[in-house]
Amino acid sequence: MIRESYINWIVLAGFLVVPLWALSADEPFTITLATRAVLLALAAVGLNIALGIGGLVSLGHAAFFGLGGYAMGILAHHAQTFTPLELGMFTIAGTKSMPIIWLTAIIVSALAAFVIGLLSLRTTGVYFIMITLAFGQMFFFFSISWSAYGGEDGLSIYVRNGFPGLNTLVPIQFFGLCFTALCAALFVHWKLRKSPFGLALNAARQSPARVETVGLNPVRLKLLAFVISGAITGLAGALFADLNRFVSPTMFSWQLSGELIVLIIIGGVGRLMGPVIGAALFVTLEHFLGAFTDFWHVWLGVILLLIVLFARGGVVGILTGKAGPHV
Amino acid sequence: MSEAVLETRNLHKSFGALKATDDVSIDLRPGEIHAIIGPNGAGKSTLIAQICGGLQPDAGSVHLSGRDVSGLSTAARAQAGLGRTFQISALAMEDTVLENALLGALGQSGRPWQFWRSAARRTDLLDRAMAALDRVGLLDDAEQVTANLSHGQRRQLEVAVALTLGPKAFVMDEPMAGLGTEGSKTMTTFLDGLREEAPILLVEHDMDAVFALADRISVLVYGRVIATGTVDEIRASKEVKEAYLGEEA
Ligand SMILES: Nc1ncnc2c1ncn2[C@@H]1O[C@H](COP(=O)(O)OP(=O)(O)OP(=O)(O)O)[C@@H](O)[C@H]1O
Ligand SMILES: [Mg+2]
Repeated sequence: MIRESYINWIVLAGFLVVPLWALSADEPFTITLATRAVLLALAAVGLNIALGIGGLVSLGHAAFFGLGGYAMGILAHHAQTFTPLELGMFTIAGTKSMPIIWLTAIIVSALAAFVIGLLSLRTTGVYFIMITLAFGQMFFFFSISWSAYGGEDGLSIYVRNGFPGLNTLVPIQFFGLCFTALCAALFVHWKLRKSPFGLALNAARQSPARVETVGLNPVRLKLLAFVISGAITGLAGALFADLNRFVSPTMFSWQLSGELIVLIIIGGVGRLMGPVIGAALFVTLEHFLGAFTDFWHVWLGVILLLIVLFARGGVVGILTGKAGPHV
Repeated sequence: MSEAVLETRNLHKSFGALKATDDVSIDLRPGEIHAIIGPNGAGKSTLIAQICGGLQPDAGSVHLSGRDVSGLSTAARAQAGLGRTFQISALAMEDTVLENALLGALGQSGRPWQFWRSAARRTDLLDRAMAALDRVGLLDDAEQVTANLSHGQRRQLEVAVALTLGPKAFVMDEPMAGLGTEGSKTMTTFLDGLREEAPILLVEHDMDAVFALADRISVLVYGRVIATGTVDEIRASKEVKEAYLGEEA
């Protein structure tokens, strides 16, 4: 059995080696593929904070992914069409600057997560799943009908947004940005998990009654976890839209929320690298099996089933021989 | 009256036609162990849930150090000074013993909103948690996963977490349940000394423990307190014998 920290470093190293190899072999598409995996991983690392530590099974995280995407799309759209963005009393200019776009994506999705969390956290279990799903669908249908920003067809952004000092059009440079964001999010998860807040949140998942009895409010702990979680997934959405230079209502789809959960379960719920391993497997399967059959999801389902039935801790659980962080 | 640390005034709670709590007024005075006994289903746990929060009474009030805490949440009551242990252990089973104790210390410190510091580096928490584990004899098992503890050790951990809170009053629901003879004895000795620190409202089925520990006993039957008194008074009471002790004798 392998120590979890070794696995974590090996996985991270793998994520660096593949695109660097692709760079030397002149395979830019592989870099794009790796970037896609990194961004799905980033979105899932966000969800993992709510789902893995806080036990919040959100089937609505696509809402934050999509909000991040549309934050990017809308700001860049106004910049590329040279039209101002009217926000009630304020009028602001669009922008092609990634740092500003990211900040906007993070703030917007954090706010949305706060409101959604406030309403959803009155419930638990299946009701929580259903309410978060409903919120996700609300955003989905709203984006379809929002014709100012492309409605069903979505928005195309012609040139990838810029980052000071980098040429983001070069695949490996954009990959580097995304990979850095992923590492930052992983660092946040790692720090959070060990902090007093993480201790309390982790206990709130296992026994809310216990947390209350020591004088802490489990709902408040979970709400904050949901906000942090939504913010990270929102950032992933902004970068994902930049990767494709396109944003559409599919970013809000419940299938995406489901996929994020699935890849966390495959990698290992609540484990630092669970979402990263899950995303790597997901994108690899999608690419190789997807070339042969449109029904590659079936195989993903089979893997999921095997893991749920025989390996509670996901891939990380199998490799470490421990179903949870301590057991 | 006002010298009571913890007091219930005319608590009522019904589940449909069932009166689980029927006009219960009890108090807990400084330095005492007040035992609540009664047959299964008498409403002991229901009473505790109303005292500690989690179950809202239909009528009546709960007072801690003279302050009405009836409107407060469970968490706020804990902060106000209630140290509760559960009949069925409600611990974080996947966490280590130490982490459970740390959680108590964290609640007591009232500062959970720290994201960047390692909980294990907060020496204030660590000291408090370790001291509590030491007192119940769980220090050697600090790094164990709670799920791997024996039933008796979980009871001890429940008590340890309550200790970390440094409460004004302990409210314990059957801390001896499933402990075995040896464990019961150890726990009895421990609780005996604990009353100096804070009085204990003790729900317990183990009559040896109750008679050894209690300064006063209240007998609950069908949600009603049918008698309150010293050990001798309760032992001598005819009603109690008929309603409760008699059934077992
Ligand atoms: N939420 C509830 N809804 C309906 N009935 C309840 C509920 N909680 C408890 N009861 C009933 O109230 C009565 C008192 O239950 P309680 O658990 O307080 O008894 P107890 O004295 O703690 O018993 P034990 O010694 O078995 O722990 C029982 O008849 C129980 O079935
Ligand atoms: Mg009970």
